[in-house]
Amino acid sequence: MSPRANSKLEPSKTNPDFIRNFCIIAHIDHGKSTLADRMLQLTGVVDARSMRAQYLDRMDIERERGITIKSQAVRMPWEFENQVYALNMIDTPGHVDFTYEVSRSLAACEGAVLLVDAAQGIEAQTLANLYLAMENDLTIIPVLNKIDLPAAQPEKYAEELANLIGGNPEDCLRVSGKTGVGVDELLNKIIQTVPHPVGDPNAPARAMIFDSVYDSYRGVVTYVRMVDGSLSNREKITMMSTKAVHDLLEIGVSSPEPEQTKGLGVGEVGYLITGVKDVRQSKVGDTVTTALKSATQALKGYSEPKPMVYSGVYPIDGSDYPILREALDKLKLSDASLVYEPETSVALGFGFRCGFLGLLHLEIITERLEREFNLDLIATAPSVIYEVTLDDKKEVTVTNPSEYPTGKISKVLEPMVRATILSPKDYVGAIMELCQGRRGVMVDMQYFGTDRVQLRYDMPLAEIVFDFFDHLKSKTQGYASLDYEENGLAEGDLVKVDILLQGEQVDAFSAIVHKDKAYAYGVMMTTKLRELIPRQQFEVPIQAAIGARIIARESIRAMRKDVLAKCYGGDISRKRKLLEKQKEGKKRMKMVGRVEVPQEAFIAALTSDSEKKGKKKGD
Amino acid sequence: MPQFPKGELAPADGLIPLRAAVSSIDKTFHAYVHVPYCKARCGYCDFNTYTSEEIGSSSQGTFAQTLLKEIEFSAGVLENSRIPSRKLSTVFFGGGTPTLLPAADLIAILDKLKATFGFEPELDITTEANPDSVDEEYLEQLKQAGFTRVSIGMQSAVPKVLAVLERTHNPENVSKAVSAARSVGLATSVDLIYGSPTETLDDWRQSLQAAIDLATDHISAYSLIVEEGTKLARQIKSGQLTEPDEDMHADMYELAEQMLSAAGFTNYEVSNWSKSVETRSAHNMAYWKSMDWWGYGPGAHSHVGGVRWWNVKNPAAYQDRINAAVSPALERELIDEENRNIERVMLETRIAEGIDLTWLKEKGFASNQAVSELIAEELVDAKEVFRGFITLTLKGRLLADLVVRKLIN
Repeated sequence: MSPRANSKLEPSKTNPDFIRNFCIIAHIDHGKSTLADRMLQLTGVVDARSMRAQYLDRMDIERERGITIKSQAVRMPWEFENQVYALNMIDTPGHVDFTYEVSRSLAACEGAVLLVDAAQGIEAQTLANLYLAMENDLTIIPVLNKIDLPAAQPEKYAEELANLIGGNPEDCLRVSGKTGVGVDELLNKIIQTVPHPVGDPNAPARAMIFDSVYDSYRGVVTYVRMVDGSLSNREKITMMSTKAVHDLLEIGVSSPEPEQTKGLGVGEVGYLITGVKDVRQSKVGDTVTTALKSATQALKGYSEPKPMVYSGVYPIDGSDYPILREALDKLKLSDASLVYEPETSVALGFGFRCGFLGLLHLEIITERLEREFNLDLIATAPSVIYEVTLDDKKEVTVTNPSEYPTGKISKVLEPMVRATILSPKDYVGAIMELCQGRRGVMVDMQYFGTDRVQLRYDMPLAEIVFDFFDHLKSKTQGYASLDYEENGLAEGDLVKVDILLQGEQVDAFSAIVHKDKAYAYGVMMTTKLRELIPRQQFEVPIQAAIGARIIARESIRAMRKDVLAKCYGGDISRKRKLLEKQKEGKKRMKMVGRVEVPQEAFIAALTSDSEKKGKKKGD
Repeated sequence: MPQFPKGELAPADGLIPLRAAVSSIDKTFHAYVHVPYCKARCGYCDFNTYTSEEIGSSSQGTFAQTLLKEIEFSAGVLENSRIPSRKLSTVFFGGGTPTLLPAADLIAILDKLKATFGFEPELDITTEANPDSVDEEYLEQLKQAGFTRVSIGMQSAVPKVLAVLERTHNPENVSKAVSAARSVGLATSVDLIYGSPTETLDDWRQSLQAAIDLATDHISAYSLIVEEGTKLARQIKSGQLTEPDEDMHADMYELAEQMLSAAGFTNYEVSNWSKSVETRSAHNMAYWKSMDWWGYGPGAHSHVGGVRWWNVKNPAAYQDRINAAVSPALERELIDEENRNIERVMLETRIAEGIDLTWLKEKGFASNQAVSELIAEELVDAKEVFRGFITLTLKGRLLADLVVRKLIN
């Protein structure tokens, strides 16, 4: 008999005993989306014809990068031992920047499929999410994927997983999302081992928001997991954090296309549409209740999104500023964690200081701005948040190095992280050297199996945000993986290094760095700028300074020749055209005092070396 | 070959629009004749030239005949465009190598120009010459026909440098050619090129000294421009040769100024020095003063009445058009007033007398700040500014393009 269910359980009337809510925890390229696609096909909710690869990842960027940014939930019917079940697969973001979103997705589940590439083994980010799943008391189903690959080593990694989460290596399922092998067994196993949801059907309604997506046609689509009670169509609902009341215009489940239902009952997962246009009105982690018979106690675990990394984002063409503002306003509708405010820079003109959850978030947002709104942008080096206390006890929060206070400073606190690095053991030396160079303090080191090592370091977030991951990858030939979690604040011996061109400070290049690294930063920037800024008709000193103290200097020698030797008949038109072009080019020049700096020089100076290398390869 | 600028298609009748023609009123009229043939192509050269291997020698034989027809055609165009008739003030034969043609061909062309337009008195008639291709007899014929001046492509006195440039002439022939020209009564000039790959400051000093020792009336010195598409550009790209840096170019230019002025020459344009005002190149001055000239021959550029146009490059295509009584012009540009003014700044800034500051201000150029910066940076002569002229200092000559940008922005 085919396990594919011939009937479905009706949403809003489903007995929680026959509901299973689960998610899949996996590293970026370990095949989560392919496995999810296979499940959609196998359970019959998507037919082979309308199947497109990685069905659940809607955004282009997601599909290209093979990562999931926004989670969604899919309800799938599945029959096991003559009983039809409703399986809710809740897709989770896979990246450390989205830890909070991950934690809310996990809170909507009773079980998690721990999916690991059978050729690569577990990675640090997976460990981080696994940890969150275990903290949420989820039942873990270990699964090795891609067993069809010739390089697969299922025995080795089954052993590793067993070491990690307990149990026997034999309990580890082996599947191939690509060929479909083992996927039906996995669905059966989910029904067998994941506990059914438990809730009070008669209590006031409480539903937890685990995702909130902006759709340009329908407004905000809110994904919820019903905990207690029920919600039904056309009811008035209340968001418990803001007490805002909305009309429930539509309620339903995704399967995976939206299907309107009469309502949602205990343990069910579905979506709500209220007509609001801004995801900030429907916050991840918030509790939804009915306006008429409100719950008194919100569900636990809600917190406001908190930016970790700031960067100035500027349009390369200053006249694009209004478009950038509009674009940010639009993106904000679908991304509650994006914060920004207007900022001006001497070097870069008008832009916005934006706060991001982390580096990937920064990259995704700038890429979406460029792609979806056709903007050319430049982002300043990412900065963390510093809590500065002055001698007069005044406290200042600094998100932009150029705003670092100039007065006497008694104390600077900087955000710390606990970084987890997983790597083959051959690279331990290189990793330790890198982490120590970044002010890391080792917490512990642990072997997984025979050749893989987990290193944990406490280090300042600022040391990670710039190019740490690039260096880690290059020192380990791409084998190491990195995860980090916030770990409070710590006092740091920090200084602000300014870069001056002909005595004029260039705000975009100011950086807050550890005292021991100030010199290196100064030398790096002054050298870089010497190469990037074209010679002017006068000598241009480039200095790095801490306050009034110069710590590094370079100079651009004066240009001595700028003349076309021959200027006869045919040269005249050519030369005039050249003049016109130079005039055009001047519009892209920024003046720092008397020094003309091409926009490209700013961009190049703000781009890390490893990025440049990558770009060259692509040329 | 140099990239032509992008223009609009030139009309088949070659007529110049009336609104442009008006601007010819107070301008003198000049003729340039482009002879597109060379014995061998030099590695650095991107001019419109052809060796006999490239196109066969046949077209060289009919070249003068075709050119005479363009002269007739030009007279018709000027008349029909209602441009006031003017006698020629200078004639210049350039190339390529004009002296590859029999002297009789050059003379026939010159005679035709004279018969068509008439010559102003004190007319300057120059031909460029390759030192290998002229002798006293040849030069004597030119002199008799009315030529007044010969400009010899010397380039360098150092065999190593000539080899890099792929100049095939025998350096000893330069002084023979100059002596021959002088003995028949022609004024003389030599062209030099500096900043070639492998060339040292001492090499350059040697070339300058050799040029000075020739006792010519005029010397042009050009820094080597590596043009795209030339053999030299490929050699540099592939790393076989290294291009000297701009500081070396600047050092060489300063050395030229120092040695030439010590030898009695005065710089009167960025790249040109003469013994006196009389021995300047009157024809080139016409370019820098935005005068009218008709450029005859394949690839030649013309500027008449605010219109610039350029002929088709290929000699065969040129000949076909002329024989079909179709204008040989490929494309043209109508220069509007703003661009005409910009060109004037661009060109007149380069000459020793400089450019009138009052005029600049009238046209909205030369902001007070720009002029004061130019003085502060010692790019223009402060005393001349107070007299009402922008004239370049030595430092300013080396940065002339920058000065122009500052004046017009």
